[in-house]
Amino acid sequence: MTKTVTDVICPFCGTLCDDLEVVVSDDNKQLLEVYNACAIGAEKFLHSQAKDRITRPRMRQEDGSWKEISYDEAIEYTAKMLADAKKPLMYGWSSTNCEAQSVGSEIGEAVGAVMDNTATVCHGTSLIAVQDIGIPSCTLGEVKNRADRILFWGCNPAHAHPRHMSRYSIFPRGFFTGKGHASRKVIVVDPRPTDTASIADVHLQIEQGRDYELLDALRVAFKGEKLPDVVAGIPKAKIYEVAETLKSGRFAIIFFGMGVTQSIGKNHNIDAAIAVTRDLNEYTKAAIMPMRGHYNVTGSGQVWGWLFGFPYAVDLSRGFARYNPGETTSNDLLRRDEVDAVFVLGSDPGAHFPFSSVKKIYDLPSVAIDPHETPTTEVCKVHVPVAFVGVEIGGCAYRMDNVPIETRKVVDAPEGMMTDEEFLTHVLARVKELKGV
Amino acid sequence: MAISVNLITGRTIQQGVSMEAGKEKPAYTTACGIIELDPVDFKRLGAYRNTHVRVTSDYGSVVVKAVEATQGPHPGVAYIPMGPWANMVVNPNTYSTGMPTFKGTPVQVEVAKNEPVLGSLELVRKGCRGELA
Repeated sequence: MTKTVTDVICPFCGTLCDDLEVVVSDDNKQLLEVYNACAIGAEKFLHSQAKDRITRPRMRQEDGSWKEISYDEAIEYTAKMLADAKKPLMYGWSSTNCEAQSVGSEIGEAVGAVMDNTATVCHGTSLIAVQDIGIPSCTLGEVKNRADRILFWGCNPAHAHPRHMSRYSIFPRGFFTGKGHASRKVIVVDPRPTDTASIADVHLQIEQGRDYELLDALRVAFKGEKLPDVVAGIPKAKIYEVAETLKSGRFAIIFFGMGVTQSIGKNHNIDAAIAVTRDLNEYTKAAIMPMRGHYNVTGSGQVWGWLFGFPYAVDLSRGFARYNPGETTSNDLLRRDEVDAVFVLGSDPGAHFPFSSVKKIYDLPSVAIDPHETPTTEVCKVHVPVAFVGVEIGGCAYRMDNVPIETRKVVDAPEGMMTDEEFLTHVLARVKELKGV
Repeated sequence: MAISVNLITGRTIQQGVSMEAGKEKPAYTTACGIIELDPVDFKRLGAYRNTHVRVTSDYGSVVVKAVEATQGPHPGVAYIPMGPWANMVVNPNTYSTGMPTFKGTPVQVEVAKNEPVLGSLELVRKGCRGELA
Protein backbone atom coordinates (compact mmCIF):
# COMPACT_ATOMS: atom_id res chain seq x y z
CA MET A 1 0.00 0.00 0.00
CA THR A 2 0.98 3.59 -0.43
CA LYS A 3 0.15 6.88 1.25
CA THR A 4 0.11 10.45 0.00
CA VAL A 5 1.92 13.21 1.86
CA THR A 6 0.38 16.63 1.16
CA ASP A 7 1.70 20.20 1.47
CA VAL A 8 5.27 19.13 0.75
CA ILE A 9 7.85 21.88 0.21
CA CYS A 10 9.95 21.67 -2.95
CA PRO A 11 13.69 22.00 -2.28
CA PHE A 12 14.82 23.20 -5.67
CA CYS A 13 14.51 26.91 -6.42
CA GLY A 14 13.85 30.04 -4.39
CA THR A 15 10.13 29.89 -5.20
CA LEU A 16 9.92 27.14 -2.54
CA CYS A 17 6.52 25.80 -3.71
CA ASP A 18 4.58 24.47 -0.72
CA ASP A 19 1.75 22.55 -2.37
CA LEU A 20 3.43 19.37 -3.59
CA GLU A 21 1.94 15.94 -3.04
CA VAL A 22 4.25 12.98 -2.77
CA VAL A 23 3.27 9.32 -2.83
CA VAL A 24 5.42 7.10 -0.63
CA SER A 25 5.31 3.45 0.37
CA ASP A 26 3.72 2.64 3.74
CA ASP A 27 7.06 1.90 5.38
CA ASN A 28 8.46 5.30 4.28
CA LYS A 29 11.26 3.58 2.43
CA GLN A 30 10.29 4.38 -1.17
CA LEU A 31 9.20 7.55 -2.91
CA LEU A 32 6.93 6.62 -5.79
CA GLU A 33 5.30 9.67 -7.34
CA VAL A 34 5.35 13.46 -7.17
CA TYR A 35 2.40 15.71 -8.03
CA ASN A 36 2.16 19.49 -8.61
CA ALA A 37 5.92 19.96 -8.91
CA CYS A 38 7.66 21.39 -11.98
CA ALA A 39 9.85 19.09 -14.08
CA ILE A 40 12.98 20.02 -12.13
CA GLY A 41 11.41 19.66 -8.68
CA ALA A 42 9.88 16.29 -9.54
CA GLU A 43 13.24 15.06 -10.83
CA LYS A 44 14.91 16.14 -7.59
CA PHE A 45 12.50 14.07 -5.50
CA LEU A 46 12.65 11.06 -7.82
CA HIS A 47 16.44 11.10 -8.14
CA SER A 48 16.72 10.41 -4.40
CA GLN A 49 15.49 6.91 -5.33
CA ALA A 50 18.21 6.28 -7.94
CA LYS A 51 19.51 2.73 -7.78
CA ASP A 52 23.09 3.85 -8.43
CA ARG A 53 23.08 6.40 -5.61
CA ILE A 54 26.31 6.68 -3.63
CA THR A 55 25.57 5.99 0.05
CA ARG A 56 28.99 5.91 1.70
CA PRO A 57 31.87 8.43 1.84
CA ARG A 58 34.80 7.81 -0.47
CA MET A 59 38.36 9.00 -0.74
CA ARG A 60 40.42 9.57 -3.85
CA GLN A 61 43.44 7.24 -4.17
CA GLU A 62 46.85 7.96 -5.68
CA ASP A 63 45.89 6.22 -8.93
CA GLY A 64 42.74 8.35 -9.27
CA SER A 65 40.27 5.65 -8.22
CA TRP A 66 37.81 5.95 -5.31
CA LYS A 67 38.06 3.94 -2.08
CA GLU A 68 35.02 3.62 0.19
CA ILE A 69 35.66 4.93 3.72
CA SER A 70 33.51 5.13 6.84
CA TYR A 71 31.75 8.29 8.02
CA ASP A 72 34.18 8.32 10.99
CA GLU A 73 37.15 8.45 8.64
CA ALA A 74 35.49 11.19 6.59
CA ILE A 75 34.80 13.21 9.77
CA GLU A 76 38.43 12.80 10.86
CA TYR A 77 39.78 13.89 7.44
CA THR A 78 37.46 16.89 7.25
CA ALA A 79 38.15 18.05 10.82
CA LYS A 80 41.93 17.69 10.39
CA MET A 81 41.92 19.44 7.04
CA LEU A 82 39.99 22.39 8.45
CA ALA A 83 41.95 22.56 11.73
CA ASP A 84 45.33 22.38 9.94
CA ALA A 85 44.50 24.99 7.33
CA LYS A 86 45.49 28.62 7.87
CA LYS A 87 42.58 29.99 5.88
CA PRO A 88 40.13 27.38 4.60
CA LEU A 89 37.27 28.28 2.28
CA MET A 90 33.89 26.88 3.38
CA TYR A 91 31.66 27.33 0.36
CA GLY A 92 28.14 26.41 -0.67
CA TRP A 93 25.46 26.34 2.06
CA SER A 94 22.55 27.02 -0.28
CA SER A 95 21.09 23.55 -0.74
CA THR A 96 20.81 22.73 2.93
CA ASN A 97 18.69 23.82 5.90
CA CYS A 98 19.35 26.71 8.28
CA GLU A 99 20.12 24.27 11.09
CA ALA A 100 23.09 22.85 9.15
CA GLN A 101 24.15 26.35 8.15
CA SER A 102 24.38 27.44 11.77
CA VAL A 103 26.47 24.40 12.79
CA GLY A 104 28.72 25.06 9.78
CA SER A 105 29.13 28.65 10.92
CA GLU A 106 30.36 27.44 14.32
CA ILE A 107 32.99 25.32 12.56
CA GLY A 108 33.95 28.33 10.47
CA GLU A 109 34.49 30.41 13.61
CA ALA A 110 36.51 27.68 15.30
CA VAL A 111 38.93 27.24 12.38
CA GLY A 112 39.02 30.82 11.05
CA ALA A 113 37.45 30.05 7.69
CA VAL A 114 36.08 32.20 4.93
CA MET A 115 32.35 31.43 4.68
CA ASP A 116 30.80 32.04 1.29
CA ASN A 117 27.54 30.92 -0.28
CA THR A 118 26.30 30.62 -3.85
CA ALA A 119 25.20 34.26 -3.85
CA THR A 120 28.84 34.87 -4.78
CA VAL A 121 28.02 33.71 -8.36
CA CYS A 122 24.32 34.58 -8.27
CA HIS A 123 22.84 37.55 -6.41
CA GLY A 124 25.97 38.66 -4.54
CA THR A 125 26.06 41.84 -6.58
CA SER A 126 22.40 42.44 -5.67
CA LEU A 127 23.34 42.23 -1.99
CA ILE A 128 26.08 44.82 -2.55
CA ALA A 129 23.56 47.13 -4.23
CA VAL A 130 21.05 46.66 -1.40
CA GLN A 131 23.73 47.66 1.09
CA ASP A 132 24.55 50.69 -1.06
CA ILE A 133 21.07 52.12 -1.58
CA GLY A 134 18.50 49.92 0.20
CA ILE A 135 15.63 47.97 -1.31
CA PRO A 136 11.88 48.58 -1.41
CA SER A 137 10.59 45.00 -1.49
CA CYS A 138 7.54 42.94 -0.58
CA THR A 139 6.44 39.32 -0.22
CA LEU A 140 5.25 37.06 -3.03
CA GLY A 141 1.80 37.07 -1.39
CA GLU A 142 1.58 40.81 -2.02
CA VAL A 143 2.63 40.24 -5.63
CA LYS A 144 -0.10 37.67 -6.10
CA ASN A 145 -2.82 39.78 -4.49
CA ARG A 146 -1.85 43.27 -5.63
CA ALA A 147 0.65 43.50 -8.46
CA ASP A 148 -0.79 44.52 -11.84
CA ARG A 149 2.48 45.54 -13.53
CA ILE A 150 5.06 42.75 -13.69
CA LEU A 151 8.53 43.45 -15.04
CA PHE A 152 11.00 40.58 -15.51
CA TRP A 153 14.47 42.01 -16.10
CA GLY A 154 17.25 39.63 -17.18
CA CYS A 155 15.47 36.59 -15.81
CA ASN A 156 13.64 33.69 -17.43
CA PRO A 157 11.29 32.10 -14.88
CA ALA A 158 9.78 29.82 -17.56
CA HIS A 159 13.06 27.90 -17.33
CA ALA A 160 14.64 28.79 -13.99
CA HIS A 161 11.62 29.19 -11.65
CA PRO A 162 9.01 27.23 -13.59
CA ARG A 163 6.04 27.69 -11.22
CA HIS A 164 6.77 31.28 -10.22
CA MET A 165 4.48 32.67 -12.90
CA SER A 166 1.54 30.42 -12.10
CA ARG A 167 1.80 30.70 -8.32
CA TYR A 168 2.69 34.37 -7.84
CA SER A 169 3.49 36.65 -10.71
CA ILE A 170 1.39 36.30 -13.87
CA PHE A 171 -1.54 33.90 -13.70
CA PRO A 172 -2.96 33.63 -10.16
CA ARG A 173 -6.22 35.34 -9.24
CA GLY A 174 -5.46 37.35 -6.11
CA PHE A 175 -7.57 39.56 -3.83
CA PHE A 176 -7.16 42.70 -5.97
CA THR A 177 -6.16 40.84 -9.12
CA GLY A 178 -9.29 38.79 -9.62
CA LYS A 179 -8.93 38.47 -13.36
CA GLY A 180 -5.54 36.78 -13.08
CA HIS A 181 -3.45 37.20 -16.22
CA ALA A 182 -6.00 39.60 -17.73
CA SER A 183 -5.60 42.05 -14.85
CA ARG A 184 -1.84 42.29 -15.28
CA LYS A 185 0.54 43.82 -17.80
CA VAL A 186 3.75 41.85 -18.21
CA ILE A 187 7.01 43.34 -19.49
CA VAL A 188 10.17 41.32 -20.17
CA VAL A 189 13.61 42.82 -20.75
CA ASP A 190 16.02 40.25 -22.19
CA PRO A 191 18.58 40.06 -25.03
CA ARG A 192 16.77 36.91 -26.23
CA PRO A 193 13.06 36.45 -26.98
CA THR A 194 12.77 33.91 -24.19
CA ASP A 195 9.85 31.63 -23.39
CA THR A 196 8.94 34.09 -20.63
CA ALA A 197 8.99 36.92 -23.18
CA SER A 198 6.58 34.97 -25.40
CA ILE A 199 3.78 35.42 -22.84
CA ALA A 200 4.59 39.05 -22.10
CA ASP A 201 2.65 42.07 -23.37
CA VAL A 202 5.90 43.85 -24.18
CA HIS A 203 9.36 42.40 -24.82
CA LEU A 204 12.30 44.78 -24.96
CA GLN A 205 15.11 42.91 -26.75
CA ILE A 206 17.92 44.86 -25.16
CA GLU A 207 21.50 44.78 -26.44
CA GLN A 208 23.34 42.41 -24.12
CA GLY A 209 25.19 44.25 -21.32
CA ARG A 210 23.38 47.59 -21.78
CA ASP A 211 21.03 47.22 -18.81
CA TYR A 212 22.36 50.26 -16.96
CA GLU A 213 21.61 52.54 -19.92
CA LEU A 214 18.08 51.26 -20.36
CA LEU A 215 17.31 51.46 -16.63
CA ASP A 216 18.53 55.06 -16.59
CA ALA A 217 16.50 55.78 -19.72
CA LEU A 218 13.37 54.58 -17.88
CA ARG A 219 14.07 57.06 -15.07
CA VAL A 220 14.37 59.82 -17.65
CA ALA A 221 11.14 58.71 -19.32
CA PHE A 222 9.23 58.67 -16.00
CA LYS A 223 9.98 62.39 -15.71
CA GLY A 224 8.99 63.02 -19.33
CA GLU A 225 12.47 64.30 -20.20
CA LYS A 226 14.15 63.91 -23.59
CA LEU A 227 15.76 60.63 -24.68
CA PRO A 228 18.12 59.84 -27.58
CA ASP A 229 16.38 58.09 -30.50
CA VAL A 230 17.66 54.67 -29.50
CA VAL A 231 18.91 53.44 -26.09
CA ALA A 232 20.44 49.96 -25.72
CA GLY A 233 18.87 48.97 -29.03
CA ILE A 234 15.35 50.06 -27.97
CA PRO A 235 13.61 52.94 -29.82
CA LYS A 236 12.64 55.81 -27.52
CA ALA A 237 8.92 55.54 -28.29
CA LYS A 238 8.97 52.02 -26.81
CA ILE A 239 10.73 53.25 -23.67
CA TYR A 240 8.19 56.05 -23.13
CA GLU A 241 5.41 53.49 -23.64
CA VAL A 242 6.85 51.10 -21.04
CA ALA A 243 7.41 53.97 -18.60
CA GLU A 244 3.77 54.99 -18.99
CA THR A 245 2.58 51.39 -18.53
CA LEU A 246 4.53 51.10 -15.28
CA LYS A 247 3.34 54.47 -13.95
CA SER A 248 -0.29 53.73 -14.72
CA GLY A 249 -0.39 50.55 -12.61
CA ARG A 250 -1.65 50.27 -9.03
CA PHE A 251 1.27 48.09 -7.94
CA ALA A 252 4.41 47.45 -9.99
CA ILE A 253 6.91 44.71 -9.19
CA ILE A 254 10.33 44.27 -10.79
CA PHE A 255 11.86 40.78 -10.69
CA PHE A 256 15.48 40.61 -11.77
CA GLY A 257 17.94 37.81 -12.37
CA MET A 258 21.35 36.87 -13.66
CA GLY A 259 20.99 39.00 -16.78
CA VAL A 260 21.72 42.07 -14.67
CA THR A 261 23.82 40.62 -11.83
CA GLN A 262 26.33 38.80 -14.06
CA SER A 263 26.61 41.25 -16.95
CA ILE A 264 29.20 43.96 -16.95
CA GLY A 265 28.19 46.74 -14.56
CA LYS A 266 27.23 44.12 -11.95
CA ASN A 267 26.09 45.79 -8.71
CA HIS A 268 25.70 49.14 -10.46
CA ASN A 269 23.03 47.61 -12.70
CA ILE A 270 21.09 46.69 -9.56
CA ASP A 271 21.66 50.17 -8.11
CA ALA A 272 19.94 51.53 -11.20
CA ALA A 273 17.10 48.99 -11.01
CA ILE A 274 16.44 49.87 -7.38
CA ALA A 275 16.54 53.57 -8.29
CA VAL A 276 13.91 52.90 -10.96
CA THR A 277 11.73 51.29 -8.29
CA ARG A 278 12.26 54.22 -5.95
CA ASP A 279 11.35 56.70 -8.70
CA LEU A 280 8.24 54.72 -9.59
CA ASN A 281 7.00 55.18 -6.04
CA GLU A 282 6.52 58.88 -6.89
CA TYR A 283 3.63 57.79 -9.11
CA THR A 284 2.35 54.48 -7.76
CA LYS A 285 3.33 51.65 -5.41
CA ALA A 286 6.39 49.73 -6.63
CA ALA A 287 8.65 46.99 -5.28
CA ILE A 288 11.63 44.98 -6.51
CA MET A 289 12.79 41.44 -5.77
CA PRO A 290 15.77 39.31 -6.78
CA MET A 291 14.88 35.89 -8.28
CA ARG A 292 16.94 33.79 -5.88
CA GLY A 293 18.15 30.50 -7.32
CA HIS A 294 18.85 27.80 -4.73
CA TYR A 295 15.94 27.06 -2.41
CA ASN A 296 17.83 28.20 0.68
CA VAL A 297 20.48 30.64 -0.52
CA THR A 298 18.33 33.34 1.05
CA GLY A 299 18.44 31.37 4.33
CA SER A 300 22.23 31.22 4.42
CA GLY A 301 22.26 34.99 4.00
CA GLN A 302 19.80 35.26 6.88
CA VAL A 303 21.77 32.92 9.16
CA TRP A 304 25.05 34.75 8.56
CA GLY A 305 23.23 38.05 8.79
CA TRP A 306 22.18 37.35 12.35
CA LEU A 307 25.45 35.56 13.30
CA PHE A 308 28.05 37.76 11.63
CA GLY A 309 26.24 40.79 10.22
CA PHE A 310 26.99 39.99 6.56
CA PRO A 311 25.06 37.86 4.07
CA TYR A 312 27.97 36.24 2.17
CA ALA A 313 31.76 36.43 1.68
CA VAL A 314 32.36 36.45 5.45
CA ASP A 315 36.05 36.20 6.34
CA LEU A 316 36.52 34.84 9.90
CA SER A 317 40.27 34.20 9.56
CA ARG A 318 41.24 37.10 11.83
CA GLY A 319 38.94 35.99 14.62
CA PHE A 320 36.19 38.47 13.78
CA ALA A 321 33.90 38.86 10.80
CA ARG A 322 35.17 40.88 7.82
CA TYR A 323 33.32 41.38 4.58
CA ASN A 324 34.77 42.77 1.39
CA PRO A 325 33.33 41.40 -1.88
CA GLY A 326 36.10 41.30 -4.46
CA GLU A 327 38.55 40.24 -1.77
CA THR A 328 36.73 37.75 0.47
CA THR A 329 34.63 36.19 -2.31
CA SER A 330 35.32 32.59 -3.39
CA ASN A 331 36.46 33.16 -6.96
CA ASP A 332 38.83 35.97 -6.03
CA LEU A 333 40.30 33.94 -3.14
CA LEU A 334 40.79 30.85 -5.31
CA ARG A 335 42.27 32.67 -8.27
CA ARG A 336 44.71 34.56 -6.05
CA ASP A 337 45.76 31.40 -4.15
CA GLU A 338 44.64 32.92 -0.84
CA VAL A 339 43.03 29.80 0.64
CA ASP A 340 44.75 26.53 1.54
CA ALA A 341 41.81 24.11 1.85
CA VAL A 342 38.31 23.92 0.36
CA PHE A 343 35.17 22.55 2.00
CA VAL A 344 32.03 22.45 -0.15
CA LEU A 345 28.51 21.69 1.09
CA GLY A 346 25.23 22.07 -0.78
CA SER A 347 26.60 23.49 -4.00
CA ASP A 348 28.55 22.50 -7.09
CA PRO A 349 31.36 24.96 -7.81
CA GLY A 350 32.99 22.32 -10.03
CA ALA A 351 30.19 22.84 -12.53
CA HIS A 352 29.31 26.46 -11.85
CA PHE A 353 32.57 28.30 -11.19
CA PRO A 354 34.80 29.44 -14.05
CA PHE A 355 37.28 26.67 -14.78
CA SER A 356 40.30 28.63 -13.52
CA SER A 357 38.74 28.47 -10.03
CA VAL A 358 37.87 24.77 -10.34
CA LYS A 359 41.50 23.95 -11.14
CA LYS A 360 42.55 25.60 -7.87
CA ILE A 361 40.14 23.41 -5.88
CA TYR A 362 41.69 20.35 -7.55
CA ASP A 363 45.15 21.45 -6.39
CA LEU A 364 44.10 21.90 -2.72
CA PRO A 365 43.02 19.56 0.10
CA SER A 366 39.27 19.44 -0.41
CA VAL A 367 36.05 17.81 0.81
CA ALA A 368 32.66 17.86 -0.93
CA ILE A 369 29.43 17.10 0.97
CA ASP A 370 26.78 16.35 -1.63
CA PRO A 371 24.09 13.69 -2.19
CA HIS A 372 24.95 13.66 -5.92
CA GLU A 373 28.05 12.76 -7.85
CA THR A 374 29.09 16.08 -9.43
CA PRO A 375 32.06 17.77 -11.12
CA THR A 376 32.91 19.08 -7.62
CA THR A 377 33.10 15.58 -6.14
CA GLU A 378 35.21 14.69 -9.18
CA VAL A 379 37.91 17.23 -8.26
CA CYS A 380 37.74 16.85 -4.44
CA LYS A 381 39.83 14.44 -2.37
CA VAL A 382 36.91 13.22 -0.23
CA HIS A 383 33.22 12.96 -1.16
CA VAL A 384 30.66 12.59 1.63
CA PRO A 385 27.16 11.69 0.39
CA VAL A 386 24.34 12.83 2.69
CA ALA A 387 20.55 12.72 2.93
CA PHE A 388 18.56 15.12 0.71
CA VAL A 389 17.28 18.07 2.73
CA GLY A 390 13.59 18.62 2.04
CA VAL A 391 13.16 14.99 0.98
CA GLU A 392 14.81 12.79 3.60
CA ILE A 393 15.17 15.36 6.38
CA GLY A 394 13.21 18.54 7.15
CA GLY A 395 14.51 21.89 8.32
CA CYS A 396 14.07 25.61 7.81
CA ALA A 397 14.49 27.30 4.43
CA TYR A 398 13.90 30.90 3.31
CA ARG A 399 11.93 31.72 0.18
CA MET A 400 13.20 34.39 -2.23
CA ASP A 401 11.08 37.02 -0.43
CA ASN A 402 12.72 36.17 2.93
CA VAL A 403 9.75 34.19 4.24
CA PRO A 404 10.93 31.19 6.29
CA ILE A 405 9.22 27.89 5.48
CA GLU A 406 9.76 24.60 7.30
CA THR A 407 10.57 21.89 4.75
CA ARG A 408 9.30 18.35 5.38
CA LYS A 409 10.74 14.90 5.47
CA VAL A 410 8.75 12.57 3.20
CA VAL A 411 10.87 9.42 2.94
CA ASP A 412 13.67 7.70 4.88
CA ALA A 413 17.25 8.12 3.72
CA PRO A 414 19.05 4.89 2.74
CA GLU A 415 20.20 2.87 5.76
CA GLY A 416 23.06 4.44 7.70
CA MET A 417 23.32 7.74 5.78
CA MET A 418 24.02 10.91 7.71
CA THR A 419 22.33 14.28 7.25
CA ASP A 420 24.29 17.50 6.68
CA GLU A 421 23.59 18.59 10.23
CA GLU A 422 24.70 15.30 11.80
CA PHE A 423 27.91 15.21 9.80
CA LEU A 424 28.73 18.84 10.64
CA THR A 425 27.98 18.32 14.32
CA HIS A 426 30.52 15.49 14.44
CA VAL A 427 33.09 17.57 12.55
CA LEU A 428 32.53 20.48 14.94
CA ALA A 429 33.11 18.24 17.98
CA ARG A 430 36.34 16.88 16.47
CA VAL A 431 37.54 20.35 15.40
CA LYS A 432 37.04 21.58 18.97
CA GLU A 433 39.17 18.69 20.28
CA LEU A 434 41.92 19.39 17.75
CA LYS A 435 41.91 23.12 18.44
CA GLY A 436 41.55 22.64 22.22
CA VAL A 437 38.58 25.01 22.45
CA MET B 1 36.15 29.71 -40.92
CA ALA B 2 35.70 31.02 -37.40
CA ILE B 3 32.96 33.49 -36.52
CA SER B 4 32.85 35.91 -33.57
CA VAL B 5 29.80 35.99 -31.32
CA ASN B 6 28.88 37.36 -27.89
CA LEU B 7 28.44 34.46 -25.45
CA ILE B 8 25.89 34.42 -22.64
CA THR B 9 25.06 31.57 -20.26
CA GLY B 10 22.12 30.76 -18.04
CA ARG B 11 19.64 28.18 -16.91
CA THR B 12 17.39 26.12 -19.16
CA ILE B 13 14.73 23.72 -17.96
CA GLN B 14 16.57 20.82 -19.62
CA GLN B 15 19.72 21.89 -17.76
CA GLY B 16 17.80 21.88 -14.46
CA VAL B 17 16.13 18.51 -14.99
CA SER B 18 19.25 16.71 -16.21
CA MET B 19 21.32 18.27 -13.41
CA GLU B 20 18.96 16.88 -10.77
CA ALA B 21 18.96 13.50 -12.54
CA GLY B 22 22.76 13.31 -12.22
CA LYS B 23 25.53 15.36 -13.77
CA GLU B 24 27.45 12.18 -14.58
CA LYS B 25 24.70 11.03 -16.96
CA PRO B 26 24.74 11.56 -20.77
CA ALA B 27 21.50 13.59 -20.57
CA TYR B 28 23.41 16.38 -18.80
CA THR B 29 25.89 16.54 -21.69
CA THR B 30 23.00 16.59 -24.18
CA ALA B 31 21.39 19.48 -22.27
CA CYS B 32 24.47 21.60 -21.54
CA GLY B 33 27.28 20.54 -23.88
CA ILE B 34 25.74 22.68 -26.61
CA ILE B 35 25.89 26.16 -28.04
CA GLU B 36 22.70 27.77 -29.30
CA LEU B 37 23.37 29.80 -32.44
CA ASP B 38 21.09 32.01 -34.49
CA PRO B 39 20.31 30.82 -38.06
CA VAL B 40 22.15 33.88 -39.37
CA ASP B 41 25.28 32.82 -37.49
CA PHE B 42 24.95 29.24 -38.75
CA LYS B 43 25.04 30.66 -42.26
CA ARG B 44 28.12 32.75 -41.49
CA LEU B 45 29.79 29.70 -39.96
CA GLY B 46 28.86 27.57 -42.96
CA ALA B 47 27.89 24.61 -40.80
CA TYR B 48 24.96 22.23 -40.57
CA ARG B 49 22.81 22.07 -37.40
CA ASN B 50 24.12 19.60 -34.78
CA THR B 51 27.75 19.90 -35.87
CA HIS B 52 30.46 19.83 -33.21
CA VAL B 53 32.21 23.18 -32.89
CA ARG B 54 35.13 24.51 -30.90
CA VAL B 55 34.37 27.63 -28.88
CA THR B 56 37.40 29.70 -27.90
CA SER B 57 37.74 32.83 -25.79
CA ASP B 58 40.68 34.64 -24.20
CA TYR B 59 40.14 32.40 -21.17
CA GLY B 60 39.81 28.90 -22.60
CA SER B 61 38.38 26.58 -25.20
CA VAL B 62 35.78 23.81 -25.32
CA VAL B 63 34.10 21.52 -27.87
CA VAL B 64 30.29 21.54 -27.87
CA LYS B 65 27.48 20.72 -30.27
CA ALA B 66 26.04 23.66 -32.22
CA VAL B 67 22.23 23.71 -32.23
CA GLU B 68 19.73 26.23 -33.51
CA ALA B 69 18.56 28.83 -31.00
CA THR B 70 15.54 27.58 -29.05
CA GLN B 71 14.65 31.06 -27.83
CA GLY B 72 15.59 33.23 -30.77
CA PRO B 73 16.20 35.03 -32.98
CA HIS B 74 19.29 36.60 -31.43
CA PRO B 75 21.86 37.20 -34.20
CA GLY B 76 25.38 37.77 -32.90
CA VAL B 77 24.51 36.35 -29.49
CA ALA B 78 25.29 32.71 -28.61
CA TYR B 79 24.04 30.76 -25.62
CA ILE B 80 25.64 27.88 -23.72
CA PRO B 81 23.53 26.67 -20.73
CA MET B 82 25.27 27.14 -17.37
CA GLY B 83 27.61 24.26 -16.57
CA PRO B 84 31.20 23.10 -16.94
CA TRP B 85 31.24 23.56 -20.74
CA ALA B 86 30.28 27.23 -20.56
CA ASN B 87 32.66 27.74 -17.65
CA MET B 88 35.63 26.66 -19.76
CA VAL B 89 35.33 29.87 -21.77
CA VAL B 90 33.51 32.53 -19.67
CA ASN B 91 35.35 35.61 -18.45
CA PRO B 92 36.38 34.78 -14.85
CA ASN B 93 37.30 38.36 -13.95
CA THR B 94 35.17 39.76 -11.13
CA TYR B 95 36.35 43.37 -11.41
CA SER B 96 36.36 43.55 -7.59
CA THR B 97 32.72 42.56 -7.20
CA GLY B 98 33.21 38.85 -6.44
CA MET B 99 31.07 37.97 -9.44
CA PRO B 100 32.74 36.41 -12.50
CA THR B 101 31.49 37.90 -15.77
CA PHE B 102 29.35 34.94 -16.87
CA LYS B 103 27.49 36.95 -19.51
CA GLY B 104 28.98 38.82 -22.41
CA THR B 105 32.20 36.96 -23.27
CA PRO B 106 33.43 37.50 -26.86
CA VAL B 107 34.13 34.05 -28.35
CA GLN B 108 35.24 32.52 -31.65
CA VAL B 109 33.29 29.54 -32.98
CA GLU B 110 34.76 27.17 -35.58
CA VAL B 111 33.69 23.79 -36.94
CA ALA B 112 35.36 20.83 -35.17
CA LYS B 113 33.55 17.91 -36.77
CA ASN B 114 35.83 15.15 -35.53
CA GLU B 115 36.37 16.31 -31.96
CA PRO B 116 34.22 14.72 -29.23
CA VAL B 117 32.01 16.56 -26.72
CA LEU B 118 33.23 15.30 -23.35
CA GLY B 119 30.96 14.39 -20.42
CA SER B 120 30.95 16.80 -17.44
CA LEU B 121 33.11 14.72 -15.10
CA GLU B 122 35.62 13.83 -17.82
CA LEU B 123 35.83 17.44 -18.99
CA VAL B 124 36.60 18.76 -15.52
CA ARG B 125 38.96 15.89 -14.67
CA LYS B 126 40.95 16.23 -17.89
CA GLY B 127 41.00 19.98 -17.56
CA CYS B 128 42.43 19.79 -14.04
CA ARG B 129 45.09 17.29 -15.09
CA GLY B 130 46.02 19.40 -18.11
CA GLU B 131 44.98 16.65 -20.52
CA LEU B 132 42.71 18.77 -22.73
CA ALA B 133 43.75 19.66 -26.25
